[in-house]
Amino acid sequence: MKIREMTALEIGDKIKKRELSCREAAVEYLDGIRNEGQAVNAFITVMGEEALSQADAIQRRIDQGEDLSPLAGVPVAVKDNICTDGTKTTAASKMLSNFIPPYNATVIERLYQAGAVIIGKTNLDEYAMGGSTETSYYGITRNPWDLEKVPGGSSGGSAAAVAAKLAPYALGSDTGGSIRQPCAFCNLTGIKPTYGSVSRYGLMAYASSLDQIGTMGKDIKDCAAALSIISGYDSKDSTSVMKEPFDFSKFVSNCAKDGASSSDRKLAGLKIGVPKNYFDIGISDEVKSAVMEGAKTFEQLGATVEEFEIPAVEYAVPAYYIIACAEASSNLSRYDGIKYGYRSDNAKDLMEIFYQSRSEGFGKEVKRRIMLGSFVLSSGYFDAYYKKALQVRGLIKHSFDEAFTRYDMILSPVSPTTAYPIGGQIEDPLAMYLADIYTVSVNLSGLPAVALPCGFGRNGMPVGMQLIGKAFSEEVLVSAAAVYQDNTDYHKKSPVKGGQ
Amino acid sequence: MKITDDLIDYIGELSRLELSDEEKAGAKKDLTDILNYMDKLNELDTAGAKEMTHPFDESNRFRKEDAINGDQREAMLKNAPAVKGDYFKVFKTVEQEGME
Repeated sequence: MKIREMTALEIGDKIKKRELSCREAAVEYLDGIRNEGQAVNAFITVMGEEALSQADAIQRRIDQGEDLSPLAGVPVAVKDNICTDGTKTTAASKMLSNFIPPYNATVIERLYQAGAVIIGKTNLDEYAMGGSTETSYYGITRNPWDLEKVPGGSSGGSAAAVAAKLAPYALGSDTGGSIRQPCAFCNLTGIKPTYGSVSRYGLMAYASSLDQIGTMGKDIKDCAAALSIISGYDSKDSTSVMKEPFDFSKFVSNCAKDGASSSDRKLAGLKIGVPKNYFDIGISDEVKSAVMEGAKTFEQLGATVEEFEIPAVEYAVPAYYIIACAEASSNLSRYDGIKYGYRSDNAKDLMEIFYQSRSEGFGKEVKRRIMLGSFVLSSGYFDAYYKKALQVRGLIKHSFDEAFTRYDMILSPVSPTTAYPIGGQIEDPLAMYLADIYTVSVNLSGLPAVALPCGFGRNGMPVGMQLIGKAFSEEVLVSAAAVYQDNTDYHKKSPVKGGQ
Repeated sequence: MKITDDLIDYIGELSRLELSDEEKAGAKKDLTDILNYMDKLNELDTAGAKEMTHPFDESNRFRKEDAINGDQREAMLKNAPAVKGDYFKVFKTVEQEGME
């Protein structure tokens, strides 16, 4: 099998067995990016030289007998809103086109400790604000399944990179669906971890009470192996939760205990709730039937699947956008053209530095969200919008808590449609926001969720579903997802080169 | 929610954004659409409901204030749009008579 067809863990295994060197693996992907990368535009920065010297350094550690992680020596792509020491980190904004972080994000430190080889920084919607990777200052990213369609977003570059086999796995960030939705659009698996389980130190803040870094890959095992590297308490993030990291080796040994045979009813005892009101709101027939089929598969594998109603779902999108934009307006006030970032040449006094630098440095959607956020926080409107949204957030979390007294997990669609044409929604912000209906509640409630491929639409575009779990129940989600993928092959399908 | 031209100007000020006439017209339309949709929240009775600012009821954790990041002056200044010596350079911010 060709290297780039393999999963990240398969590559790691080959490296461990000395059948492949770290450098060979890196070269394979760097060549791929050079020769085939242009069509999808997944990367903002390719770290060619750094990756090769990193690969050699890891090889030496492996040769010295150091026991690193199962992903040691395996290349990885990182979303460009995660700070990398000495390598430009832009958040896909003109504002940060020259920004070179003087430090690594905690997740980057942990990747390096585990022996990962970072090959590049991936494209995103500017400051992770969007669902299509069309708002990047560095050009749109295209969906490897159909180059005329969006890859989803905001982690669209990470998704396109993995789907086009330009990286075996990737890190993304998820504030309102930004890992799960591009995974669904590109036929990948992704984990949005419980809020607080992965350090946000070094992640450029969009909405701090919602942002969470997670993993994206070809299957759940790759995502879980990567999660075990990046998760766990970090004193540098005051919202980091005092918990042990996700334990991948325990997951592997549990799998081995259950036996290799996957046809037996492994999910016996697992209770899955399917919110049937999710299927009544503007969802396309093809997504609906693929997700329903996914639920049926879980039932056949031994789980108990039951329909129920989750209240207040139609209020999640407005509450989310009020809260996310409010936090964004505050977080992005740091970009003032003084200490780092873009400064306008047209400014003639200090105040003009602020106004001109921000007006010239931010793109349209970022400005829209800053303005919306400034408005909902402003005196006279605070109670009617921001306070109200925080109250609704509490109600939404409560309705999930209530559901989890009856179910171990909730199965739902990720997005109401498959990937749509480039330019199709970008002029209608409200329509874009409404497409986040299935994903934002998870962030509002701080819950973990896994996105999984579950079928294809009539035009051949992938459909994803998500499993939402109780806080810190990643292990349960990953195990269930692994059984599903052992018994299905949607996740093994990959796009025909150059789109359809 | 009626979005007036004055309100757009005010929001621009709060956001420290200078908007062209075209941007103002666009912002007016977008904010009107989005806020009208957000008014949907008023359908829900939230009287007495707790405001949720954070996913979990964690209390603040304190630690000793130890400097662990070392001296990064050079790396920091390298990212600055304008420097003078070891300082970030900006326009004069204080005006006072008789002072140069």
